[in-house]
Amino acid sequence: MHISEREPFESWLRPDASGLFCVPGGFHVDPHRPVPRAIVTHGHSDHARPGHDAVLATPETLEIMRIRLGAAAGGQLEATAYGVPHRIGDVTVTLVPAGHILGSAQVVIDYKGQRAVVSGDYKRRHDPTCAPFEVVRCDLFITEATFGLPVFRHEPDAREIGRLLVSLADFPERTHQLGAYGLGKCQRLIVLLRQAGYDRPIWLHGAMVSISQLYQRLGIDLGDVRPVSEATDRLAGEVVISPPSALGDRWSRRLADPVTAFASGWMRVRGRARQRGVELPLIISDHVDWPELMQTIEETEAGEIWVTHGREEAVVYRARQMGRRARALALVGREDEAE
Amino acid sequence: MKAFAALLDRLVYTPQRSAKLKLLGDYFQATPDPDRGYALAALTDGLATRLPVRRTILELMEKRCDTELFRMSRDYVGDTAETVALLWPAPEPERPLPPLRLGDVAEDIRGGDRAGLAGRLEDWLDRLHVTERWALLKLLTGALRVGISARLAKTAVAEAFGRNVSDVEEIWHGLAPPYAALFAWLEGRGEKPDAAGAPVFRPPMLAHPIEASDWDTIDLARMAIEWKWDGIRVQLAAGRGEARLYSRTGDDIGAGFPDVLAGARFDAVLDGELLVIRSGVVAPFNDLQQRLNRRQVGRKLLTDYPAHIRLYDALLIDGEDLRPLPFHERRKRLVAWHEAVRPPRTDISDLVEAESREALDALWAGARGAEIEGLMLKRLDSPYLAGRPKGHWYKLKRAPLTVDCVLMYAQRGSGRRSSYYSDYTFGLWTGDDRRELVPVGKAYSGYSDSELVELDRWIRSHTTERFGPVRAVEPGLVLEVLFDDIQRSGRHKSGVAMRFPRIARIRWDKPASEADALASLTALIK
Repeated sequence: MHISEREPFESWLRPDASGLFCVPGGFHVDPHRPVPRAIVTHGHSDHARPGHDAVLATPETLEIMRIRLGAAAGGQLEATAYGVPHRIGDVTVTLVPAGHILGSAQVVIDYKGQRAVVSGDYKRRHDPTCAPFEVVRCDLFITEATFGLPVFRHEPDAREIGRLLVSLADFPERTHQLGAYGLGKCQRLIVLLRQAGYDRPIWLHGAMVSISQLYQRLGIDLGDVRPVSEATDRLAGEVVISPPSALGDRWSRRLADPVTAFASGWMRVRGRARQRGVELPLIISDHVDWPELMQTIEETEAGEIWVTHGREEAVVYRARQMGRRARALALVGREDEAE
Repeated sequence: MKAFAALLDRLVYTPQRSAKLKLLGDYFQATPDPDRGYALAALTDGLATRLPVRRTILELMEKRCDTELFRMSRDYVGDTAETVALLWPAPEPERPLPPLRLGDVAEDIRGGDRAGLAGRLEDWLDRLHVTERWALLKLLTGALRVGISARLAKTAVAEAFGRNVSDVEEIWHGLAPPYAALFAWLEGRGEKPDAAGAPVFRPPMLAHPIEASDWDTIDLARMAIEWKWDGIRVQLAAGRGEARLYSRTGDDIGAGFPDVLAGARFDAVLDGELLVIRSGVVAPFNDLQQRLNRRQVGRKLLTDYPAHIRLYDALLIDGEDLRPLPFHERRKRLVAWHEAVRPPRTDISDLVEAESREALDALWAGARGAEIEGLMLKRLDSPYLAGRPKGHWYKLKRAPLTVDCVLMYAQRGSGRRSSYYSDYTFGLWTGDDRRELVPVGKAYSGYSDSELVELDRWIRSHTTERFGPVRAVEPGLVLEVLFDDIQRSGRHKSGVAMRFPRIARIRWDKPASEADALASLTALIK
């Protein structure tokens, strides 16, 4: 895009011990330990850490941080809507929808005619619980690579939800315990089930309740959802959503011979699903799959690609084949398994 | 292909036997011939092909996918067939292709036509969705690995149509894929297929462990007494120029025992114990274990671990069903037949004499050779009855040995036990100062449900380290472990291997420091 005497991006944007630091703006993006000034892309705990002096994020992300972190959410919390430019130091920062979860944002940084986009986590397919990803043309695109291998091609959501409904019909005497990340994935699954015509109550593990209430407050209709603690029987034939860690663990003993389902992009690979003892793997992800990742690199028209958390090797390899400068960016504090 | 792929996909992830049976049964009821017949073939004896499928597929992949990306993907996924299924690029532009029938694929590969194999594979893969591609590749490369034994598949077929699995077993080897005659009979559209003379599995007769109260009804003068050899119980079935070796549960284990099958050129179904015998001496069970669970055996194994069957009984000889005859008559026929035919690698298990309970006890007490597991008492007038009928055959196992071990690791169970730490690795003290534990065995039975809950609780609150589904625990809980025998073993760090260890008691009361030392276990090795 911009053909100027260009300084290397590393002179003003680089990883340090706290995360990705923008030198002329004096802020970190998703730092993993307390810093004076942070921009947070979304509310997942490996991105939204406690204890920063000042935080800039979307209003939804700040709401999530307040629920999850309480007073530790940060000293000074500044909400900004999508698309509104902010002058910070010598740079201009704009948050743009990332399509990952409610409130998730890409961070667009303009500096001396150069534009860098930090994607955070993102996906390209339709998600009824959040604003869709917007492509921003840029010079440097910093992308996640959670599913950065060509074997990862997510199935259409409706097909996966269909498999859950078939299993419910086949095993009406068993609870269907669906393991899912409590923020974002859980609520998306509920809405997908509703769209597929499932109108029974959906039962939630205690860890899912407050975030689901927030989603409902922010206008996302989840239908009849109830905490499992209010159930009067063993919930045979019902859908229960719990954190993945509760699958096959003590908590699940209260359920009727549960079918363990797990909704995640990892479920694409059988070995991963079997390792976790999952009976019904559902390939539903809040991250881009490989074709979408490649499509996004194309569409941003960025000449330089930095690849963070995930399978960087294959993405860097492919981006170079596509004629981009590409490097892996080792950022501390990211959870490979977060889904 | 779609229904078959969906079936395999669900079976892979289904741990419960009852759920597997339901999935299989639904499939056999809903799927037309010949597809379901080929599915049954794939799940039982396999759809063997000599076509170079693996190599051809890798060659196709090279054309369709970047080599480096394929390598990275293969490394991550860990399974070539699955990697290919996931990576196979959809044909462009997308065009509507005719659906692929399992029957068409099965008939094609059974035809064994090498010419144009690559083109056919390419066409098939293009016509399938990812799960179906995976199922196709599993089918073609001969390893389904979906956790279904041949026996379970046959059970599902039988039960789906209200029959017993033994009915299916009786005729199985007279049948061939796609089993149209079998399904016609099961659906009441045809006669029961005839398996006369074919080497099929017949459900064996099993014994009850003897209880104190049984002695009131046992008349030793009317019982045959024989040694219970420490191998595995098998059925050798031969006829029509074929021979098969079955485990007690009806699994065909013949592939691992070509030496035994080669000599079985007769028409008979025999009941016996599979053993390793060198120069007339029965080797320990550990030696037999080297031969088990193999699809192929090399020459060295065949020479070093020669297999042998020690015969107990005869079910059929030369087409005559002996099962209705009393034991003494069957035995007489077996002896006469064996003398006339002299089949290699077999002999007949001797009967032993004991006229009184005291004489029997003396025999039993003396039965401490490693090759003998115990004694069998069989009523002389009993016919050969399938299953475990009461009051006919009794087993007296050697008194088990016990040792007090310390719990070291616990692993999550599967199925209904998946939320519990139910598999236990335990150890004994070593070293002069008894400071170090060395693992000596693993057990996952012998405790009650309520004990399991308590063990689970103890493990969770005494964990020192976690490795995936395994927890290491503090050396603080003593388990009294029961086992049948102990042997030297180079495969274990402790240098010993226990036979059939199970938990006898949980010694909540006993301090771990007072558990046994490894030396006390090795002292039991004969």
